[in-house]
This record gives sequence, C-alpha cells and structure tokens, in this order.
Amino acid sequence: MIEQYIPVFLVIAFAIVFAVLVVFSSKLLGPQRPTPEKLSTYESGMKPVGSTHERVSVKYYLVAMLFIIFDLEVIFVYPWAVKFRILYNEIGTSVFVSMLIFLIVLELGYLYVYKKGGFKWE
Amino acid sequence: MSLELFLFLVFAAVAAVSGILMITRSEVVMAALFLILNLASLAGLYLLLNAQFIAVVQVIVYAGAIMVLFLFVIMLLRPEHEKIVTKISGIRTFAFIIAALVFVQLAYVILKSHPGSALNSDVTASVNAGTVESIGTELYTNYILPFEAAGFLLLAATIGAVVLAKRKFE
Repeated sequence: MIEQYIPVFLVIAFAIVFAVLVVFSSKLLGPQRPTPEKLSTYESGMKPVGSTHERVSVKYYLVAMLFIIFDLEVIFVYPWAVKFRILYNEIGTSVFVSMLIFLIVLELGYLYVYKKGGFKWE
Repeated sequence: MSLELFLFLVFAAVAAVSGILMITRSEVVMAALFLILNLASLAGLYLLLNAQFIAVVQVIVYAGAIMVLFLFVIMLLRPEHEKIVTKISGIRTFAFIIAALVFVQLAYVILKSHPGSALNSDVTASVNAGTVESIGTELYTNYILPFEAAGFLLLAATIGAVVLAKRKFE
C-alpha cells in the first residue's frame, strides 16, 4: 500500500539532500577570510539605513486571502474531475449542475472583488 | 521493522520536534517555517493512515496557502517590534494544568485501547475510503448540500476579506 509512494519519498529525500548540499557546500569548500567591510550590508555604497523589517501594506493580505479561497475552490474540483465520467454515467447531468452552482457562487465572489477594485494595485 | 512503522516513526519524530522548535523560537518567521515542516510531516502521517487525498490537501492548502497567509500576517504586523504587553499571572500554572489534562486523556485512550485486537479486522474499506475516487463519489452524491454550503462559506470569506481590507487603504 505505502510502497507505491516510495517514488514520492525519494523525490522529497533528493530535494532535501540537494538543498542541504547546495547551501552548505559553498560554506565548506569556499575560502573564508572575513573582514568587517566584507560582512557589512552593501547598499549602493552607503551605510544601511534602518531595519529591513518594514511593515507591508494590507493590500498583500487581501491577495493572500483571495489566493486561499480560490485554492480551496480548486481542491473541490479535483475529486469531481476524477469521478466525473463515472458519476455522469450513473446519475446524469446533476453532477455537472452541482459543480456549476458551486463555481457560479464563487464567481459571484470573484465579480464582487473585481467590481470593488480588489485587484487594483493603487 | 516494517516500512510503515519506520515511516511513522520518522514522520512522528519530525512532527514532534518541529512542533517543539516552533513554539520555542523567538523569531516569528522561523516559527512559521517550523510550522510548515510540522504540517508537511503531518501530511506524511495522513498518507500512512490511508488518507491520500487529505495528505495532498494538507500540503497544498495548509503547508501552502495557509502558511502564505501566516507569513503575510507576520509581515503586516511585524510582531518582533511588539514587546510583551501584559504578563498574566499564573499563566504557566494554567498552561501546565491544560497540558497535564490533555496528556492524561491521551494516555487513558492509548492504554484503554487494545492495539493488537484491531489488526485482524478487514481494513480494505478504510484503505479505499481515503482515495480521491471515493471522496468524489461521496461528496457529489450523498453530501451535495454541504458541498454547496461550502461554496457559500467561501463566498462569505471573499466578501469579508474585501470589506475588511479595502476599507483600510481607501
């Protein structure tokens, strides 16, 4: 049962090993002669001003929120798409109509965001 | 040691260690990254419990989308600038009592159950229940109303996000 996921685990293991190798190989192999000038943050030849941890606009939050909502919408489409042919032969067009209603309800939200200017970046 | 047991131990150890590391980090972005690791290892545990679809959804939605939202909230609020405003007295005692209660509950359930007895029972039904096919069949025949209701819930979330966020920067 779990054996069929061995390729997936192999890909994950390869990704971890590769990432660790790439990150630490430069530290291991490269010469390191640090000076205070080398270690300081370079910013157009000027001394760095202030923290990089600036607060970002709430606009990003709206984008993230909408991303999650439409991500979840797609999650519901996966099992529907996998079973569509079988369910269509069994119970007819109602399986299509049910997904259509679901998508229309969500597209109403999409239209609302569009009309409210949620995608505008001003 | 079977492959299942080995993978369970690996995923459980990663989940537990990353959970502890998450709550002990003072840097919030590090805590969020350890939470991603925790959620990913939970996906592995779901896979071992034959909940394949839930495992994939766990990675896509929780380790992907929800964590994006967490990181955005961290970027919006910059909580490292905030000092701890109030120290509620007795919060450690309260936390200890809650943790002890949960531990006793879990220990009771684990000791009460008989691990060997369930091994012989037929597990094919539970193996099939987690596949995307069986979830699709159930969701679009028996659970059609909750499915449509979830659509309206997402619509409400869309409108709520716009109403809350748009007012701030207009």
